[in-house]
Amino acid sequence: MNYWSSTWPLSYLSSAGMRAAKVVPLTWYMLTVSIIVCVVIGVLLWVAVRRARPQDRGVEMSAVPVERGGNGIRWISLGLLVSAVPLAIALVWTMLTLAAVAGPPAQPGLVLDVTGRQWWWEIQYNGSSPTDTFETANEIHIPVGVPVLVRLHGGDVIHSFWVPQLTGKTDTIPGQVNLSWIEADKSGRYLGQCTEFCGYQHAHMQFEVVAEPRAEFDQWMAGQRQSAAAPTTPEATRGLGLVEYRCGLCHRVLGTEAGAISAPDLTHLMSRREIAAGTLLNNPGNLVGWIQNPQNIKPGNLMPNQALSAKQLSDVLAYLETLK
Amino acid sequence: MMQPESMRPELRTPAVDVDSVEHEARLGSLWETTPGIQGFFTTVDHKEIGIRYIVTAFAFLALGGIEALVIRLQLAGPNLTLLTPAEYNQFFSTHGMTMIFLYASPILSGFSNYLWPLLFGSRDMAFPRLNALSYWIYLASGLFLYAGFLTGNGPNDGWFNYVPYASRDFNPGMNEDFYSLGMVFLGISTTVGAANFIVTAFRTRAPGMSINRMPIMVWGTLTASVANLLVVPAVSLAFFLLWMDRQFGTHFFDPAGGGQPLLWQHLFWIFGHPWVYAIVLPAMGMVSDGLPVFCRRPLVGYSLVALSTVATMVLGFGVWVHHMFATGLPGLGLSFFSGASIIITLPSAVAVFAWLATIWFGRPVITTAFLYFSSMILLFVIGGVSGFMTASVPVDWQLTDTYFVVAHIHYVLIGINVFPVVGAVYFWFPKMTGRMLDENLGRWNFWTMFIGFNLAFLPMHLTGLLGMPRRVYTYAAYGGWGTLNLITSIGSFVFAAGVLMLFINVVKSLKSGAAAGKNPWDAPTLEWSVPSPPPPYNFAVIPTVASRHPLWEGRLGTEGGLSSLDRGMLLANGKETIATSGLDAEPDMVLEMPENSFAPFCLTVGLSVLFVGLLLRVWAVAIVGAVVCALALMAWFWPSRELRERKPAHV
Amino acid sequence: MSEVVLSRPENLPVGPTGRHGVGWWGVGTLVVSEAALFAYLLFAYFYTGATAPPGWLLDPAPSLKLALPNMVLLLISSVGVWGAERGIIKGRRGQALAGLGVAFALGLVFMTVQCLEWRSKPYRLGDSSYASLYFVTTGLHIAHVIVGLVVLAALFWWTALRYFSAGRRIALAAGALYWHFVNLISVCIFVTYYVTPHLGFGR
Repeated sequence: MNYWSSTWPLSYLSSAGMRAAKVVPLTWYMLTVSIIVCVVIGVLLWVAVRRARPQDRGVEMSAVPVERGGNGIRWISLGLLVSAVPLAIALVWTMLTLAAVAGPPAQPGLVLDVTGRQWWWEIQYNGSSPTDTFETANEIHIPVGVPVLVRLHGGDVIHSFWVPQLTGKTDTIPGQVNLSWIEADKSGRYLGQCTEFCGYQHAHMQFEVVAEPRAEFDQWMAGQRQSAAAPTTPEATRGLGLVEYRCGLCHRVLGTEAGAISAPDLTHLMSRREIAAGTLLNNPGNLVGWIQNPQNIKPGNLMPNQALSAKQLSDVLAYLETLK
Repeated sequence: MMQPESMRPELRTPAVDVDSVEHEARLGSLWETTPGIQGFFTTVDHKEIGIRYIVTAFAFLALGGIEALVIRLQLAGPNLTLLTPAEYNQFFSTHGMTMIFLYASPILSGFSNYLWPLLFGSRDMAFPRLNALSYWIYLASGLFLYAGFLTGNGPNDGWFNYVPYASRDFNPGMNEDFYSLGMVFLGISTTVGAANFIVTAFRTRAPGMSINRMPIMVWGTLTASVANLLVVPAVSLAFFLLWMDRQFGTHFFDPAGGGQPLLWQHLFWIFGHPWVYAIVLPAMGMVSDGLPVFCRRPLVGYSLVALSTVATMVLGFGVWVHHMFATGLPGLGLSFFSGASIIITLPSAVAVFAWLATIWFGRPVITTAFLYFSSMILLFVIGGVSGFMTASVPVDWQLTDTYFVVAHIHYVLIGINVFPVVGAVYFWFPKMTGRMLDENLGRWNFWTMFIGFNLAFLPMHLTGLLGMPRRVYTYAAYGGWGTLNLITSIGSFVFAAGVLMLFINVVKSLKSGAAAGKNPWDAPTLEWSVPSPPPPYNFAVIPTVASRHPLWEGRLGTEGGLSSLDRGMLLANGKETIATSGLDAEPDMVLEMPENSFAPFCLTVGLSVLFVGLLLRVWAVAIVGAVVCALALMAWFWPSRELRERKPAHV
Repeated sequence: MSEVVLSRPENLPVGPTGRHGVGWWGVGTLVVSEAALFAYLLFAYFYTGATAPPGWLLDPAPSLKLALPNMVLLLISSVGVWGAERGIIKGRRGQALAGLGVAFALGLVFMTVQCLEWRSKPYRLGDSSYASLYFVTTGLHIAHVIVGLVVLAALFWWTALRYFSAGRRIALAAGALYWHFVNLISVCIFVTYYVTPHLGFGR
């Protein structure tokens, strides 16, 4: 992580992956040209205005003579010529960069299906067999140095998939599949964010891309393919009952009765760093607060407040904490 | 069988003479609006309508500004909770709708309405009643849209209102019904206004004002009007189809029924991008006409600037997809639109260098209006180069939908619309009211607005480059944007204080401003040859124009002769003015102008009833509205067997 | 010192003469705007059809049995309006009334047949995006026909009351322009919805 991305995790003036990296120099070029243009015009304007004569101040306008003069057309032609050069460079550079980053990799090392939903991200890893296929939410794991194809689906309204350190934006649009791709140069956590306005909680629709060495990634994937283990303590067993009966109306925990898919898959909830699409860190306190009162934390989101008793809550928490 | 003589057109040789007291009295009695409440509802005087437009648009600017300040309070620091997400979404959407649809375009229509006949040496617009209609509909649709906001049903999906979020499944309230019907309603006003401007520009210029002698502002508004005529139907249709989807279960935008969410975006931006030019080109025209007056010389490169105005609009039709770079379109299409969007900066560069050269080779006299016009050049360049950055597809994939774009659009709309407009207020207020605005307060006004604006929006570019997404109701501290947002919020309040000073200056100067006289700026165009404020008939005699600068002739050395301002066609057999040919402005026809009329107001009432009926789905009410409209139109178009020539009503 | 240039026009027509008047241009500009509206509607059809999966057309080979004669009928009504204007120019009021009357009647027939055509379709407004486009496009056209019929009725009435002459007929000229436009649109809609499917679009 460099200075930019550690201080401003969504900044795109730096990059951590090939697709974003190709664009950064072009961005800096255009930014520099832009600043130079503004400064040059600003100075010309300042000097021109400073040519106003003090004796013309506050007099009747008709006292100041009207005259034609100077070769102004030369300014226009010269100005156009000078402007055309950086424009032409920008045009060519744009086309070259576009050619380099537009197409998805011919042979991606991994293919993901990502669906934007109000207001979270559903991520599906496709295995060679159906049992290898699994779903997770808001946290994408990828191996370092491998081009990953991301197929984007619109779950409800339009969202936009954006990981500034790795890739620019691509919209997720209902009724069509858009392609994006990411490749991380080094290990790290890269912040992503929905950038198409999508309703009440557009602000809280983040995700993370976790790039890790191949071995760690494989280990993670193996873990994610497991179903949830049966609870071993009485609290957790009672908790499972509640999870199946209540959470299961929307959520899924593989290996239990909770099998709905309209909300994030909870099978390996505790493996994720954050909950509620980047809104809160995933720790017991936040988890309890979220379950009881999601509408206070993320007003308008689709999860209703639960109003569990203290005992029910601790049981649920006991169970959820087993979902490693 | 008809009488043979009625088959020949009536011909008359207009009398040509100098002005006289009796002549002015006669014209006055012919053209004056009936005083009182009847006159209020029936007037067709373009000056009255223009001022109404300007006042209404500034009222909406103030409303949109208050909404902006509330938004800036919410965003002043991370995790603030002044507004709920539902409220925030309505605030930012209504702010955008207000500024773009109810302020930026109508304010320019207001100035053009007021000024065009005066610039043209004419007595009114080509269609005075249509002019009144376009104002009444603007007012009614603005009230309609705000009725939604005030009842908690304001638009809540941004001003560009993407589907499917705007569809009924995701947006079940009445918010989007108010917005869609209101926009269709407002579209009528824009369309008829555009038609009026186009015919006015081509048919009612004073003899001799050939097309290459029109002020640049006319080029700007004319170009914008042609664009509006062609693209407003796209957005009206989009909103109509959305309303159908919401109310009648059609599937234009609904993928489940085979519809296309991207159809909305295409229709919206086919309209939206030319529209952005439509709300800046007339304002750029104001600068092209106003700035040279204070530089004591003609504009450098008149023809190039006029052509670049048209070129911008022509190219502007071909860049709408640059709002849709992230929607997964094929690469070839992206390259085309990217190229067009980069190239469109060139015509803008023409204008910038023309203005710079005008100041450089002129002898600038610093007034408040000059400060607004000249500072606009810098703001224009800043808004232009940020636009240039978004034109590059790969860069745009990062920039789009971040605060960089928010900064860009505000430099464009405030820099190229608000600054020239305020400059125009300082410039033409004396003509409209006969009084000067206070120059000292004007300096305070300018510097407060200029500093506040740049304080608010220059750092916002950085907020965007550092990744802050737009349209979020709050943001977390770890994004690192807290300080920048606080600076922006402070700047926005400074800017608002500046706007307030303008209002104070206007109110104060209306009461106690110095008398202006005919031509306080010693400006060259026709509007400055008539008294301030102008009489109802504008010109006692129709001038003949021999150059672009009728009032500077003799000082600039003219080849083609001098304009005739004191002597000309009297045209006092009725409410008359002259129609001329489109390019050369040769006299063509004596134009009979309509009397004051209730029809435009009645038609607007009928339309309002119709739209309320549609909104509430009470079809009987809608039908009543439609019948009122039909009757009003009938009365409007009732033909006359004879000429309208008449004796003055009350001498 | 240069000469003062003063325009001293000879005999000028007063007010609109024939179709020569700003009113005709006003209606002309509005017609351009309306034409744009229909262009966008047809764009919506082609865009949605081109991006839809195969089988988008609910009616892959729409029957021309009613639609083609109906369109021809409307075009004939344009001839009627043209004849009416000629009649006024030539001073034959009877011809003018007949032309307008025939055009009005044909317009009514067109609307009736269009309703039959709607009824014969096996799909309804809300069935799919194709159905929505079909009914809304033809429906908006019919709305324009209704406006046109009101205009024709007014023109008929005014002609009967002897409001028009060869010189003073701007309302007639403008109304005729509108009616021709509405009829031209029917051709565009016919080609889009009835001919292009036979050429293979959207199947």
